[in-house]
Amino acid sequence: MSRDSSSVGGTAAATAPTAPHILDRNLAKTRTSETSLSAFAYVFAEMIQYSQKRVSGVEDLEKRSVGSRLLSPFLANFGHRVGLRELELTLWREKNPKRETRVLQMLIFINSVIWKSLFGKPADSLQKSTDNEDEYMLTDNDPVILKYISLPKELGSFNAGAFMAGIVEAVLDGCHFVSSSVNYLGVDTDKKKKASRVTAHSTASDTAPNSMTLLIKFDKSVLQRERTFDGK
Amino acid sequence: MQGTPITTKASFPTTSTAAAARAKQTGDDIWRNRTDKINAELFALTYGSLVATLVKDYEDYAEVNTQLDKMGYNIGVRLIEEFLAKSSLPKCGTFVETADVISKIGFKMFLGITPTITNWSADTKEFSIIIDENPLSEFVELPDDALLPPPASTGGSAATGLWYSNILCGVLRGALEMVLLQVDVFFVSDVLRHDDATEIRVRLVRILDEDVPASDE
Repeated sequence: MSRDSSSVGGTAAATAPTAPHILDRNLAKTRTSETSLSAFAYVFAEMIQYSQKRVSGVEDLEKRSVGSRLLSPFLANFGHRVGLRELELTLWREKNPKRETRVLQMLIFINSVIWKSLFGKPADSLQKSTDNEDEYMLTDNDPVILKYISLPKELGSFNAGAFMAGIVEAVLDGCHFVSSSVNYLGVDTDKKKKASRVTAHSTASDTAPNSMTLLIKFDKSVLQRERTFDGK
Repeated sequence: MQGTPITTKASFPTTSTAAAARAKQTGDDIWRNRTDKINAELFALTYGSLVATLVKDYEDYAEVNTQLDKMGYNIGVRLIEEFLAKSSLPKCGTFVETADVISKIGFKMFLGITPTITNWSADTKEFSIIIDENPLSEFVELPDDALLPPPASTGGSAATGLWYSNILCGVLRGALEMVLLQVDVFFVSDVLRHDDATEIRVRLVRILDEDVPASDE
C-alpha cells in the first residue's frame, strides 16, 4: 500500500492497521457530534496556563504589558492550528466550495459559516471601522468558549479571545489574505494603543460583560487587490 | 501485542443491575438535560492543537506523555467537584461500583460517551476502560515515529512513543485522588497506534487516609 511506502527504512512499518485509514473516515461522521462545554473549558484553561508558563520568564521583567502582549500571540498560535483545519474541513463540506477573494465576502464567510460551525451560531456583528479603511470588527456578545474562563487582573488587557483571533487569522491565511492580523478587542482598556498588528488590546464596554470583538486589520496588499477588483 | 489478557474469566464482577441501571440513568439525564454542549470537532481540534504544540515544544514523546498526564491531573482535581455536584452520588461502596460510575456518569457527563469496563483482576483492584469512540482523537493520525512499540503489558507508565490521549489518565488519577482513591492509570493500547482497541488500565494502589496530615494546620 502506498501509505506504508513513506516510512523509509522503518522497522515498525509491518504492523497492519486494523482501524480504517484516516483518509477513509466519513467526513460527516462527527459533523453534529457534541461534547461538554466543561470538558472544553478544562482543556482550554490548561492551554492558557501552559501559555502563561511559557511566557512567564519575560513576564517577570515587565510584569503586565509584556506578559499579556506575549501571551496573546501564544494562545493565538493554538487557535491558528485549529483554524487551518477548520477551514479545510468546512470547505470540503460546502456544497459549492469556492475561495473567497473579496474582503467583505471573506468576512461574511467567517462571520456566518465558520462561526456557526465552531460555536453553533453566527457572530453577532460585523462592522467596518470608520477610522481606518483596513480594519473590520467581528463581535460576539457572549462567546461560548469563554463562558467558564475568568482571568486574574495581573494579566491586564489579555483576553482568552486571542484563541479565536488565532482561528480567524488562520482562516484568512488559508484563503490568502496575506499578513492580515486579528486583534482581540474586549472590555476595558484605552483605544489609543492600536499600533502594533499583533498586540491584543481592548476597549471599554459595560453593557455586554462578556462581549468580545476581534479587530481584523488587513494588509496593504489585500486592500490593493480589492482596488484592482473594483477597477480603480 | 499486549501479551496475555489479564483475566479471561467468563464473569466479571459487576454492580447490581439496579445500581448499574441507576448510574446509567443518572449519566444520561445529566448529559441530556444539564450539560452545556459544544461542537465536538472544535474540542478535538483544540486538543490536537495542544498535543501538537507540546510535541513541538518538548521534542520528546515521553515528556509529552508526562505533561499531558500532569495537565489531566490538574483538571481531575477540579473536575471532581463538578462531578459530585451534578451527580449528587452517595459514596461508592466498592471499587467495582466506582468503575461503573466512572464509565456511566463520569465519561458520559464530560465527553458524552460510555466506555466499557472490563478485564477485572481477580482481587478487583484493577480494571480496564475500553473506549470505542474517543472524542479526543477524531481526525488524528500519528506520525510513524510516535508509534514505537508499546511497553510490556506489565509496563506501567514507562511508555515509549506518544500516548495521544494521555490527558485522560491524569484526569482519572486526579479525580480519584480527591475521593481518596490513589490509583495508577496508564494507556495499554490505542487504536491510533494500530492496536485493536483503546484501553486504559486503572489500578487501585491504596485507599487514602481521610485524616488531615498532622503538619497541615
